[in-house]
Amino acid sequence: MRLPDYNFISLRIVFTTFFIVASAAVLAEQTTEEKGFEIAARSDRSDRGFSDSTVDLKMVLRNAANKESSRTLVIKTLEIPDENVGDKSLVVFDSPRDINGTALLSHAKILDPDDQWLYLPALKRVKRISSTNKSGPFVGSEFAFEDFTATELNKYTYKWLREEPCGEFTCDVVERYPRYENSGYTKQISWVDQSVYQVRQVDFYDRKDSLLKTLTLLDYKEYEGSYWRSHKFVMKNHQTGKSTELIYSNYQFKTGLDENDFVKGVLKRAR
Amino acid sequence: MRASLLAILFVLACTATTASDRYELELSGSVTYEPRWFFDDAQFPRQFNGVQNSFTLEPEWFLEMGSKHQFSLVPFARYDARDDERSHVDLREAYWRYIEDDWELLIGVNREFWGVTESRHLVNILNQIDQVENIDEEDYLGQLMINLTLQKNFGRFSFYILPHFRERTFAGTNGRLRGPVTVDKDAVTYESGAEEWHTDVAFRYSHFAGDWDIGVSYFYGTGREPTLLPVGNGSRLLPHYEIIHQAGIDLQYTHEEWLWKFEGIVREGQGDTFAATVAGFEYTIFQIADSNADLGLLLEHLYDGRDDRNVPVTALENDLFAGVRYTFNDINDTAVLAGFITDLEDESNSARVEAERRIGDHWKVEIEAQWFSNTRAGSSTASFKNDDFTTFKISRFF
Repeated sequence: MRLPDYNFISLRIVFTTFFIVASAAVLAEQTTEEKGFEIAARSDRSDRGFSDSTVDLKMVLRNAANKESSRTLVIKTLEIPDENVGDKSLVVFDSPRDINGTALLSHAKILDPDDQWLYLPALKRVKRISSTNKSGPFVGSEFAFEDFTATELNKYTYKWLREEPCGEFTCDVVERYPRYENSGYTKQISWVDQSVYQVRQVDFYDRKDSLLKTLTLLDYKEYEGSYWRSHKFVMKNHQTGKSTELIYSNYQFKTGLDENDFVKGVLKRAR
Repeated sequence: MRASLLAILFVLACTATTASDRYELELSGSVTYEPRWFFDDAQFPRQFNGVQNSFTLEPEWFLEMGSKHQFSLVPFARYDARDDERSHVDLREAYWRYIEDDWELLIGVNREFWGVTESRHLVNILNQIDQVENIDEEDYLGQLMINLTLQKNFGRFSFYILPHFRERTFAGTNGRLRGPVTVDKDAVTYESGAEEWHTDVAFRYSHFAGDWDIGVSYFYGTGREPTLLPVGNGSRLLPHYEIIHQAGIDLQYTHEEWLWKFEGIVREGQGDTFAATVAGFEYTIFQIADSNADLGLLLEHLYDGRDDRNVPVTALENDLFAGVRYTFNDINDTAVLAGFITDLEDESNSARVEAERRIGDHWKVEIEAQWFSNTRAGSSTASFKNDDFTTFKISRFF
């Protein structure tokens, strides 16, 4: 009788040990993913509650020889509080002057393709366009369409990597993986500060998993005691030597915009 | 009439001023030098040969007062060295728009575009085509209108009253890209006793649901396409404008890289009631061969079931359009569009290439070339058989 008992006990020990080790491993893995998500969510949520915003944007495009070209535009955003639905945005170009009045309306989704309409002032024409083109350049810049549209929390899965100093702050370093289709990236690594939870830097890795671009976010200001906004984005392409700067100014929040300001019919009167 | 309209707008502007708190006046626009070359000698007597020098000016004043009032003033002028009819001025826009959250009212001259297809704009009917500008029928004259629009969560409803009609423009006796005899605009006739002051009405509903965009429209009034009747022993053509009813529908299904498009109309009032359609797709290969460029492939079938006689003539009774759009997505927005349209019945065809590129922040160059082939007598493009052309445009934007 001892033998079976012994076997039974040893079997229990083996199984229990295995279970503890296995669950510890699972627990540990969940911790880095959950921690990554929590950091991203805390950062994302710290920017929310603004209802709607308008901002002026100047884009400065530089090629490898440092030759410059610029665009000015206005961006209006309507916040959709539900994290499972994306925000709505309206981008209207002011310069270069040949595209003055060109406007792009986006209804962002989380995992489905966004709904997008483009207004072409020369023809006075509103055109529904394909939003499959996530990784293509936005108006010739080093920003891809997805760099503007894929800022929603649930468009990615996350993994916390480590903690390290970043400039004057201490940052959590979080890797994120696009969940939506047609992304040009295998992963992005973001540095999120532990003081006000803002993203300070993002490294983008291309489809071959090599470092493609680095985005640095500078000049953060706090509005109405709650939303932080960076006023200078610098995107450097390591593979081509080109770069694009985004300079934001004249942020306004809670201006009273609503759903009716983000329908395709308003494109032709957007300025 | 133009002067009185402007006076009305000015009074409205002054009235609105008192209610406004914030002004933003913007001047933009362009000036263009646009020579056009014809390589073959003209087919018809008195037409010019060689180069056609031309200049255009289109300033645009836009005034926004508060968030509720918008004023636009867009005059247009073209000087043409070879064709007197092509030298012309127009008021493209001169309107006041009042905006509330779920409705808006526009009074004045405006341009409205309806539709989704590329090769022909069937549904688009409010504005008259400014045909001397370009034979691609994408330039329109300003149209006087009162336009009330209601935005509901189930769609957008637009109602139009159009008190004044604009005649189509045609190349003059010296001009190229015309038929064997010229159109005598002074001899114009109308079905309506009110002539160009017949009050036309129109309605449009548009909405989107998921991947679908839909537009439904209706127009009653003076048809924008004239019937050209030979007079004076066939020495000139008299334009005649009928009263028509036209119902239209435009549909687009957008899925991944595909845009599926359809436009259809039914028109009554020009011979037997007829239907016309354009149906096709646009498929885009994004970032082709790992570059930043996109390659779009377009295919559309055109059908038009109108009578053969005593109605406005169309060359697009049963045609196929195929096109390629190459967009470089570079700093200069360089793009090339090549299209080919073939008549499936008489086998005449035409090819067109358009290329454009910005230079610096304020200049843009464009090249447009068009060829006509299989243009034997009786085919739909027989009049253009010697009219292959290349246009070069250089524009300064401000």
